[in-house]
Amino acid sequence: MNKKAYRRYAVSFAALALLLAALLVWNINSGSVSLSVREIFHILVFRGGDETAYNIIWQIRLPRILAAIILGGALSVSGFLLQTFFGNPIAGPFVLGISSGSKLVVALVMVYLLGRSVTISSAGMIAAAFVGAMISMGFVLLFSRKISRMSMLVISGVMIGYICSAITDFVVTFADDSNIVNLHNWSLGSFSGMTWGNVTVMAAVVGLASAVTFLMSKPISAYQLGEVYAQNLGVNIRLFRVALILLSSVLSACVTAFAGPISFVGIAVPHLVKSMLKTAKPLLVIPACFLGGAVFCLFCDLIARTMFAPTELSISSVTAVFGAPVVIYIMVRRRKTV
Amino acid sequence: MSREEYYFHTEKMTVGYDGKPLIRDIEMCVKRGQILTLIGPNGGGKSTILKSITRQMKTIGGTVYLDGRTLQELSGRELSQKLAVVLTERMRSELMTCGDVVATGRYPYTGALGILTEEDWAKVREAMDLVHALELQERDFHAISDGQRQRVLLARAICQEPEIIVLDEPTSYLDIRHKLELLTILKQMVAQRRVAVVMSLHELDLAQKISDFVLCVHGEYIDRAGTPEEVFTSEYICRLYGITRGSYDALFGSVEMERAPGAPQVFVICGGGSGIPVFRALQRKGIPFAAGVLHRSDIDYEAARALASAVIAEEAYEPVGGARVQEALEVLRSCRKAICCLDSFGTMNAGNRLLRDEARRLGLLEDAAV
Repeated sequence: MNKKAYRRYAVSFAALALLLAALLVWNINSGSVSLSVREIFHILVFRGGDETAYNIIWQIRLPRILAAIILGGALSVSGFLLQTFFGNPIAGPFVLGISSGSKLVVALVMVYLLGRSVTISSAGMIAAAFVGAMISMGFVLLFSRKISRMSMLVISGVMIGYICSAITDFVVTFADDSNIVNLHNWSLGSFSGMTWGNVTVMAAVVGLASAVTFLMSKPISAYQLGEVYAQNLGVNIRLFRVALILLSSVLSACVTAFAGPISFVGIAVPHLVKSMLKTAKPLLVIPACFLGGAVFCLFCDLIARTMFAPTELSISSVTAVFGAPVVIYIMVRRRKTV
Repeated sequence: MSREEYYFHTEKMTVGYDGKPLIRDIEMCVKRGQILTLIGPNGGGKSTILKSITRQMKTIGGTVYLDGRTLQELSGRELSQKLAVVLTERMRSELMTCGDVVATGRYPYTGALGILTEEDWAKVREAMDLVHALELQERDFHAISDGQRQRVLLARAICQEPEIIVLDEPTSYLDIRHKLELLTILKQMVAQRRVAVVMSLHELDLAQKISDFVLCVHGEYIDRAGTPEEVFTSEYICRLYGITRGSYDALFGSVEMERAPGAPQVFVICGGGSGIPVFRALQRKGIPFAAGVLHRSDIDYEAARALASAVIAEEAYEPVGGARVQEALEVLRSCRKAICCLDSFGTMNAGNRLLRDEARRLGLLEDAAV
């Protein structure tokens, strides 16, 4: 309908794609072992070259980069869904305690199984994280029925998050020492240690959930107007709400299962994307969120990896630095308009 | 007329919250091209009825028929192509232009991803043109006035190409100009597109003038239903709303404040509308007054009945008789002041000239300015 708007959408998507490509190259290039671009090109395209370098690229850097892309996208889409569901711009898997719920259940399962020398599959991890996500989600839904104020909803979510984190810390502290270091790193959030197996599973789960989300663009756009209007437009509200909860939980559970809880991406990216596109139409926002989340997480992971190399920062510390100001900005601006 | 001829009707519909009946056995019906208005005091259940017939709430009993089928058997999509709403609930409209908001009305007609065709956009523009809001198309929905917002929401409902539109208090918060504008557009659309309208209104005067049928929602049952002429009597409206302080004038659809209490202190000689401004001024100051001698056909008579402590009245088209003048003089003597709003007296109210002369003789007469 509007040429100016279309041009804006095209430019935005192109910019996101370019950023993603640039960060991809930069990420492959940087690390404790420095490799020349020519070497990397050789390794990637001809699968040859020095064996150590080959392994670094193929077994360490690439899976990690792909994980950051997939999980970053998943987090943002999950955040967008939760914001739509609660009609609250600062809802997200982390602030609502959903990530922490996943973290708790995954930690419990891992400690239990590690104690019995059983390794857990990727699918098992996702299942455990999903159970945790649903438990937290259940509490949040319970509270959201009693309180309608958006700040109170977030506060109850943050409290649920704290309780889950406290129990997780407790469990991790008193667990047997083997593998604890791993568990500890994971519980702070990190994209490190991804395998191709992990990447395959997360690609399947996130890909499917994101595709379903995209196909639900139409009812989501109606729901954005408010429940009563969506209902009048013929949306089956009950079914839709269940679908929204399941999708957002699966997406955020998948992230937590592999990378631990990652803060603020779910709030900051959808907001930035909407400001960039100047629209909230799900048909555009959902794919843009996925791209934006991938860019955001790649960028943050790059910093986490290289800033104080060889020491790695937890990914959440970096996402918080860039994400929290966005959240504060949203809240300040909200106060003015409402 | 048989029930089947109505586009929309209910049979013994009972509505309420959480299975508790609020209003029972509601029978309402409307044809295409007609307006049915619900009136009644706040909290009486108007919104509950509207929510029930739009399927936002479950009815507790009875049946709702739409286009010859029951509300239950219609799918969400079918219903959305027949029925559109304009609600009091605030619409969330993040980063949406008014055009985008109106475009949401096309939802029931678009494909799986909800992408609008050129034809859909043409319908959006047509609907916006109908409510005189075409120039708002690119404006942010948040940044427009209440009056504009209601028109855009109406355009959205029109764009949905419904056969019936349900509006919950569409004129609330609008100033008088925008109220009239909105209802005029609504009336036009009803006539042009043969749409049935069910709405609730607060403004009795407007309800009286725009509605084909009126339903009075009060208490456990529908209190009264009928044409505006049947429903809008002063006594009934006062009873419906429990008006004890002040009164409602059905002829003019106007509301009067409560009269000042006590014996009359001022006597107003008036007629032909000359007394009304004086009545109001006295009422505002809280001074009880008497008015006379007025013909029962006089416009001042209606206002005096609502506001004066005593009214001396003569039959319509009869000369003001000596008995009435005597009666008026008696009241006049007990007042501390008299005001005469008339400067000429015809043959029919020559009696009032006597009254004025007597007031002047007693030294009570003042100019019309209070």
